[in-house]
Amino acid sequence: MTLRYVVLFGALFALIVGVGVLMGLPFTLRLLVEAFAFALIAMGLNIQWGFGGLFNFGVLGMLMVGGFAVTFMSYPINEAFWISDGPIMLGQTLIAAAIGAVLIVLAHKAHRVGVTGKLRAAGIVLAWFVAYIIFRSQMDPAASYILSEAGWVGGLGLPVILGWALGGALAAFIAFFVGKISLGLRTDYLAIATIGIAEIVRATIRNTEWLTRGTLTVSPIPWPVPTPQAWQLWGATTSDSFIYARAGYLALVVALVIVALFLIHRAYLSPWGRMMRAIRDNHIAAGSMGKDVKARQLEIFVFGSVLMGIGGAILVSFGSIYDPSSYQPINHTFIVWVMLIVGGAGNNFGALFGGLFIYMVWLLSEPLAQALFATVSNWSVSMGWHAIPDINARSVQMRVFVLGLIITLALRYAPRGLLPEFIRRDQ
Amino acid sequence: MNDFIFFFNQVVVNGISLGSVYALGAVGVTLIFGILRFAHFAHGDMMTMGAYIAFVLASLVAGLGLTLPLPTGFVVLPFAMVIATLIALGIDKGFYAPLRARGARPVTLLIASIGVTMMIQGLVRLFGGVQTRSFFETEPKGLIRIELPFEGVTRPISFTEPQLLLVIVTAIAVFALHFFLTRSRLGKAMRAMADNADLAKVSGINTALVIRVTWIIAGSLACLAGTMLALDVSLQPALAFNIVLPIFAAAIVGGLGQSYGAIAGGFLLGFAETLAVFNWAVLLRPFRDSFPDWFEIPANLALVQSEYKLTVAFVILVVVLLVRPTGIFKGASS
Repeated sequence: MTLRYVVLFGALFALIVGVGVLMGLPFTLRLLVEAFAFALIAMGLNIQWGFGGLFNFGVLGMLMVGGFAVTFMSYPINEAFWISDGPIMLGQTLIAAAIGAVLIVLAHKAHRVGVTGKLRAAGIVLAWFVAYIIFRSQMDPAASYILSEAGWVGGLGLPVILGWALGGALAAFIAFFVGKISLGLRTDYLAIATIGIAEIVRATIRNTEWLTRGTLTVSPIPWPVPTPQAWQLWGATTSDSFIYARAGYLALVVALVIVALFLIHRAYLSPWGRMMRAIRDNHIAAGSMGKDVKARQLEIFVFGSVLMGIGGAILVSFGSIYDPSSYQPINHTFIVWVMLIVGGAGNNFGALFGGLFIYMVWLLSEPLAQALFATVSNWSVSMGWHAIPDINARSVQMRVFVLGLIITLALRYAPRGLLPEFIRRDQ
Repeated sequence: MNDFIFFFNQVVVNGISLGSVYALGAVGVTLIFGILRFAHFAHGDMMTMGAYIAFVLASLVAGLGLTLPLPTGFVVLPFAMVIATLIALGIDKGFYAPLRARGARPVTLLIASIGVTMMIQGLVRLFGGVQTRSFFETEPKGLIRIELPFEGVTRPISFTEPQLLLVIVTAIAVFALHFFLTRSRLGKAMRAMADNADLAKVSGINTALVIRVTWIIAGSLACLAGTMLALDVSLQPALAFNIVLPIFAAAIVGGLGQSYGAIAGGFLLGFAETLAVFNWAVLLRPFRDSFPDWFEIPANLALVQSEYKLTVAFVILVVVLLVRPTGIFKGASS
């Protein structure tokens, strides 16, 4: 087993070195930063699916929330918003939302005063409707006012690391409600429900232009480490400045991943991790042993989402742009699942390996497909046939196909992943 | 009266055509769930693929220079459905059957269907390109207007030819499926297997055949739904991937495994979406004289902004899952 770890991680290292030689250092550093961020996200999913057996197809939502958090926290302050009436109007919206929430809670508690059955259900529906109207009556004017007066809310101008932390916290907050709503569902329903909630999050973030600028995108988002521009000011050449800056970012991310891996692995080996695996393998048996299955599952769902939120924040700060329209289920949800399934669900090192490896495959399959198409095209031209049209646009699509092929092959031939979960039999 | 016709054109016509597409898709999803017990996520992309097959066939026919009374894309549909069915059977044999033979859990099959989704998407974009295409590049899209013989009515009821065809083929497909499931031996076998696969097997039902028939029905329905949708709007690689979640929502709302529930769920969601984004102020305007002076009709009385149209389906889905997880009609459980 140890041999397998050495071989796989050795091969991964060789692949990274090979890419570095072929594609140049700045590209490789960029790839590694993003790959490590995805590894962190895959570790988050591993907590949910590998430890807890919870089927989360809403990874995208958590990444978007994390990205929004870091944007909001670290982007410079928008003076125009704070001197306008915007904050007051938002305060009124908040009060309206609170009134609505109280109405809904009261309607839910109606059975205390003897209103039950259909009447209570009707009351709840009515309360939701009224709350929605009250909220919209304040929200819509506030949103259009902010859009016309200040453009958008802007950021808080705080350190980026705080933004990452907020990303984790906000993702945890959302995950708490998602989990509360959907964790009682069966696996396939849970999958659809989490996708549905992620899509709601996506639509909301994309369309609340007063808060996120929506399709207008926010940039440049500051970095937690010196940027290439800063290095250039300090006298580095342009090409060197990118290497220094990205290396600094990479060091920070790798440090974060190592700390996370250490903590998660400790948790995995601890009695808490054992309990989680017991719940995953047989929640009825675990429940009869006195474990609070629902609370533990909620805990693990929130815990995994924190890592996803942080990972999403890291990706956004690194890209230095927050573009809500760029989030797609394939690039941000399914790819993480491929990482985890190929790497090995239930094994933290498997998630790390899968995250790094699959992200490299994802990025590299484009130039490879391009080269392949160019060769075929040249060959067909030399045979007197047509060349392949739009090679560049088409080869981008190849990576989606490659990813699909990898996951179906993995499910068929290595269903437990390249680094399977380690099960001790002697206890 | 004009405002009511506007309402009819906006809500009833759009609701029926959207609902028909959802219903056709959801029936396929729900049949596969009933027989094979997994959420077949690639169904949306099988719809897209079917539409692309129809598009290629339509281009070939158009190249022959034939002029047909109906849209070419519609005429070639039976052939496209045969091809899509063969591909569906191939997908099952290549990717799902080995997992089933191993006794994999439904979740594994669901993840495999995500893999299939990605492969189809990649291939469709690889061969079809990323641009939006139209079935009506070489021929006009028929528009049907019905003038109402009332006084003061200037606005006609209008809908397009593809929308009319869509409603007709949906009705035919639904009735055909109904008679197949209730009258034919094979249809009864399918229902038996959906109820209890083991019991069906020991009572001598050829389960392998039933699974094949399921894929044939699902594959051809997917191709039908995808092509009709592409005829109604336009053909693009994300055509059905965008609506695969509403389709699942329709199937779940109707109760997974229940064909009639899926149809009901499809129309329910189609109408819910169009009703939610409809601007109700239009209907109030004729009565503006009967309101007191201080009451001004707001310019926009839509329940949700049109950007959130698709979200309506998810909200309904989440509410249904919370309040009645088995769906409106009691769904099968795995």
